[in-house]
Amino acid sequence: MKLLKILPLVFAAVVAVGGLAWAEFRFPMPEFESGYEYPEMHTPFPGRTNDLWDVVLLAAALGLAAWFVLKRRSRPAVLGLTICSLAYFGFWREGCVCPVGSIQNVTEGILGLEVVPVAVLCFFLLPLIFALFFGRVFCAAVCPLGALQEVVAVRPVVLPRAVDRVLGLVPYLYLGLTILAVATGSGYLICQYDPFVGFFRLGASLNMFLAGGVLLVTGLFIGRPYCRFLCPYGVLLGWMSRFSKWHASITPRECIQCRLCEDACPYGAINVPTPDKAPLTAKEGARKLGVMLALAPLIVALGGLTGLLSHTMLARIHPTVQLAQRIAGEEAGLYEGMTIESEAFRAGAQTREELYAEAHAVRADFKWKSALFGAFLGLVVAVMLAGLSMAGRRDDYETDRQACVSCTRCFPYCPVEKDDVAVAEQKT
Amino acid sequence: MSAGNTVRRRDFLRAAAALGVGGAVWKAAAPAAGATVWQLDPQKCVQCGRCATECVLSPSAVKCVHSYQICGYCDLCGGYLQPSARDRDTGAENELCPVSAIKRTYIEDPFFQYTIDEALCVGCGKCVKGCALFGNGSLYLQVKQDLCVHCNECAIAKACPGDAYRRIPAEQAYLLKTRPEGGNGQE
Repeated sequence: MKLLKILPLVFAAVVAVGGLAWAEFRFPMPEFESGYEYPEMHTPFPGRTNDLWDVVLLAAALGLAAWFVLKRRSRPAVLGLTICSLAYFGFWREGCVCPVGSIQNVTEGILGLEVVPVAVLCFFLLPLIFALFFGRVFCAAVCPLGALQEVVAVRPVVLPRAVDRVLGLVPYLYLGLTILAVATGSGYLICQYDPFVGFFRLGASLNMFLAGGVLLVTGLFIGRPYCRFLCPYGVLLGWMSRFSKWHASITPRECIQCRLCEDACPYGAINVPTPDKAPLTAKEGARKLGVMLALAPLIVALGGLTGLLSHTMLARIHPTVQLAQRIAGEEAGLYEGMTIESEAFRAGAQTREELYAEAHAVRADFKWKSALFGAFLGLVVAVMLAGLSMAGRRDDYETDRQACVSCTRCFPYCPVEKDDVAVAEQKT
Repeated sequence: MSAGNTVRRRDFLRAAAALGVGGAVWKAAAPAAGATVWQLDPQKCVQCGRCATECVLSPSAVKCVHSYQICGYCDLCGGYLQPSARDRDTGAENELCPVSAIKRTYIEDPFFQYTIDEALCVGCGKCVKGCALFGNGSLYLQVKQDLCVHCNECAIAKACPGDAYRRIPAEQAYLLKTRPEGGNGQE
């Protein structure tokens, strides 16, 4: 017994002399004589994870949203569903995993980096499939991020078309960067810069709250700033919605060109009729198209080259590259003291040369992926320019299928709609 | 070609596109039925203290757990006592834990049991460091899955300098240390 009592001290002294190396099982497990039994460890099961029940609710909410927008044409119903979605998908489920963030999981799954749970893949696909048939009804009344901005948009102003178009390119950049980050193992950008999840969880870093607060205050006057000028999932939804079978239309029947809805859309998603001009002759049209076709590969190549040239800069989003730069800086005497990362690295088994080699490998991995990212952005610009140069004819006020989030704000502006409602009321 | 035909062909194309793209993504992503949760590998943990500060929850969902099976039940506990502690007792000035979340109970001479009060624990890992430097490593950090809100990207994982966090199947939601094979754990 006496020996047992001093044994730990002896061991401790040995360890202390030995330079405090990290080790385990230094001391023998005691042999109890009092019939002592080990207490149970408390390892509770997950409260709730992404389960299929949420997928069912998502599908139901999407179905309801499509019905409210296309059949009922009811703004109050859509707003009600929006608030329900905000409460459930936002504050109750606390935001994760959302279709916006699921882009990252699905990218990882496709690249074989990580296994995607079925529920997460359903979260990714369902809103896209609904958009292909009914337009962006997910944005209208299901997405909690959209819902939060929809309810704060009280004094929205219409932005100039050019500003709207240019800022509208940012989501493509964000989508490209996100996929680049996932493909190179640099982390989930969408999640790190999610401005609203902090509100849903009622807890986040100060920066997150500040970003969210700025966006919400902006959202009072500029409708849905995140959806229009940041959301990477909106890009995918826009592509689907562009070819959707049914889509919310401003007027239930024929447009009477009254122009009352002209300023109705706070999100810049109403296309006005094209001014009466002499239509392009076939020769002029062919020439324009030829120029565009010649220019497009050039823009794509330029984008790819820019991406390739900036790959060392882009590689800085990867933590290994950041650490290698920090360590190299510390070695060169550029920084005073150590960060937690550099301290952990120096305490670890990896040598500096190994770290540098790893960082170089990461940088090499960024090379062609950055080029692809740049080429993608080039393609986006080329397609936008082509769209601008190929002016089609439009006689009526229509929703811009790609940009329209089917919020139904424009419905009450249409006198044809009011007429219909009045007739229906008279009948009853 | 009549208008009806065009519309029907468009519908067909749309349905085919939905099926094709959806199916291709489904096939390529190769989803698994089970959900996953975040957990930290105690072998990789460097006890930097970020588990306490980086979690989106406050206090953190990471708590200290105790594998009693590998604890030495030492009187002089590196996880419980300050290195400079004058007395080996429960005096607050001697405790390493900043929130006094470790309870010390006498079992039999010369053994003491150390129990974590989870409600108090903030997951700072100070005791983990002490136990790793000076003991058996029976105190270590784990994500308590009933508290965790299962962020898509764990904020602590992003900040972890030891790269200790990873996703594991939800059915096996902990990475626990167990008594090594063969006897009482002496290597």
